[in-house]
Amino acid sequence: MAPTPRFGSVPEVREGLRTVDYLADEGIAGVVYLADRLGKPVLIEGPAGTGKTELGKSVASMTGSRLIRLQCYEGLDESKALYEWNYKKQLLRIQAQRVAEEDGAAANWHDIEEDIFSEEFLLTRPLLEAIRADEPVVLLVDEVDRVEVETEALLLEVLSDYQVSIPELGTVSAHQIPLVFLTSNNTRELSEALKRRCLYLHIDYPDLEREKEIVLARVPGISEHLADQIVRIVRSLRTLELKKHPSISETLDWARTLLLLGLEGIDADQAKATLHILLKYQSDIAKATKELTVAEPA
Amino acid sequence: MIDLLAGFIQQLRAAGLPVSLTENLDAMEAVRHIPLEDREAFKYALAATLVKSNAHWKAFETVFEVYFSLRGSDLSQGSEEGDGQGDMDELLERLSSEVAAVHGGAMEALTPEQLAEMLYRALQHADEAILRALARQAVTRFAGMEPGRPVGGTYYLYRTLRNLDLDAVLERLMAGARDQADGLTPLEERLVRDEYEARIDGLRKEVEAEIRRRLVMDRGVEAMAKTLRKPLPEEIEFMHASKDELAALRRTIYPLTRRLAVRLARKRRHGRKGPLDFRNTVRHSLSYGGVPAEPKFRYPRPAKPEIVVIADISGSVAAFARFTLQFVYAMNAQFSRVRSFVFIDGIDEVTRFFEGVEDISEAVHRVNTEADVVWVDGHSDYGHALETFWERWGREITSKTSVMLLGDARNNYHAAQAWIVGEIQKRARHVYWLNPEPRSYWDTGDSIVSEYAVHCDGAFECRNLKQLERFVETLA
Repeated sequence: MAPTPRFGSVPEVREGLRTVDYLADEGIAGVVYLADRLGKPVLIEGPAGTGKTELGKSVASMTGSRLIRLQCYEGLDESKALYEWNYKKQLLRIQAQRVAEEDGAAANWHDIEEDIFSEEFLLTRPLLEAIRADEPVVLLVDEVDRVEVETEALLLEVLSDYQVSIPELGTVSAHQIPLVFLTSNNTRELSEALKRRCLYLHIDYPDLEREKEIVLARVPGISEHLADQIVRIVRSLRTLELKKHPSISETLDWARTLLLLGLEGIDADQAKATLHILLKYQSDIAKATKELTVAEPA
Repeated sequence: MIDLLAGFIQQLRAAGLPVSLTENLDAMEAVRHIPLEDREAFKYALAATLVKSNAHWKAFETVFEVYFSLRGSDLSQGSEEGDGQGDMDELLERLSSEVAAVHGGAMEALTPEQLAEMLYRALQHADEAILRALARQAVTRFAGMEPGRPVGGTYYLYRTLRNLDLDAVLERLMAGARDQADGLTPLEERLVRDEYEARIDGLRKEVEAEIRRRLVMDRGVEAMAKTLRKPLPEEIEFMHASKDELAALRRTIYPLTRRLAVRLARKRRHGRKGPLDFRNTVRHSLSYGGVPAEPKFRYPRPAKPEIVVIADISGSVAAFARFTLQFVYAMNAQFSRVRSFVFIDGIDEVTRFFEGVEDISEAVHRVNTEADVVWVDGHSDYGHALETFWERWGREITSKTSVMLLGDARNNYHAAQAWIVGEIQKRARHVYWLNPEPRSYWDTGDSIVSEYAVHCDGAFECRNLKQLERFVETLA
């Protein structure tokens, strides 16, 4: 299987992502490029709301691939992630056989078994779907840290060899190597086995310039001046010790709110009044209000 | 190239990063796909394949910088060198015009005042190229580096920064901003200050990198990689943490507790079944003709322990007590009740500070400032503190209580009163002693850990967050 590379160079990835309004930095673009070249999945970690899932979606829309998404949750199992036999249809098939027998047709046990365990009766779930797809796909396994450690093992075969073994059918190998993104919010340490198979990408809060670009790109109609003020306030907030720092998506929400309110610039009072969009804990809001309005003692 | 990478990976392992063989191979494969003259891309390619945890990123960065700083030529970076030259010329031109604006002469000839003036201007305009040049100049001038001098990089850093007096520069920048805008609102003031602080921080990093580069030139790569290795946040020792490290610890503690809480909750739910339910098993055996084929178990009701924390908060172990309290309270959903007591030579209950408080670090701060813990002279007296505890609260310890005693047991040669710990153990479910000192220091000098430890169910060395986390997990 000689995969044809999707991207020519790192800058090309970066430009491509820019066209779908995802502003990647050098590191992000580099890892996406490598993932394609090495045919390896990317494990993305980072604080909530920094665009981990968004990256997967953007890569899909940039390459024009189909996005297959597997949302992980506690209790996810094989039949939800990989494949399942369509029991109802199998039952129907057997019953149809019985009716046929009454009409005098001879039935062979072996034939029926062959028949009901064929692809016709297989329900594909996201992982198998991504493997069997003929067209290019992007597989996004979201919040992989939510599944139990044991379930994580389900992913291993798919991630390293791009194949799924079904006891009754044999091994299904990928027609093309999908781009795989796994995201994790780091609520638990992922297993070594999983990490070893992936490229690792940590997406942190962007620096001032990049966040400003993101705001400008994602919030149409916002003035440069307002965007600048917004990201600077957000940066100040991130230096505080808060329970939860404002994420990019919250920055964007805030920017949209301020735009809707028709503000051209923010002063302390307006910032205070809309702070609850950025911060989600009462203690954080109290702290931020105090810090923003009282200048540090010189 | 292979040798070079192998050497690098060896350094990473020496720095405590777990790099497996497959990751090693991936890295080799990855560098084949990127243009080698692009240093940034090279770095990210290595990082993506070798570093699998954000906590290790800093260590990786340091090792990378040190290891590859001298070997630029090995990586066929000739072309970049050429570009660098062009940049340098251009930079020099701009620099000299900048210098000319202040004074008419070369950089070396500048007086310290003029240098400070240039620094001020560069910071004001966020001119990175000039800042870099200034950082270099500052190191040459102020660090006083001599070849072969066995001094750590922090010493040079300190000397350089002291001479630059960045705090004063910051104040001047702020004053400048205030003049320009005819007074700032508090919000603007705060924003401008953050902006300048970020720039100054950039300068500080530049100086640090410059010092490191020179040290590497002096001592060689391998020697430097060892000395520059920084411990991971969860491995920083409580007792010797610097101010920055304490801040890093505080930042790590919240995600850490959240992770641990998730893990424990999960364990509790998926834990093994309860004890065999004999009655139910016999009842069900009837349907198998009296054969107990299907054993039935009682519904598991894991008891949440009640925790009593008794912590020494005298100077030497204050940081340790603070983090442990913070940790235990962050986890308090895992316990049915947490009560905390702090002492130096007197003892005081501080549970009230934590009740209904959302911000634990704030509460811990209040504990340190408001609790009534000094009895005579403010030197640790475990004996007296324990005696008072036993008299006033001893009866409230029940068989559901787990008692955690925190401290280095350096008793200043007072009476130990170890029998009290024994009495507590008789009443309580468990008694644990957590000591922030390395095990090898126990029972040296005035430390009397083992006198207490014989009465405890366990005495643990708890020097860093990692050990603390492991202990709390066994507790819950």
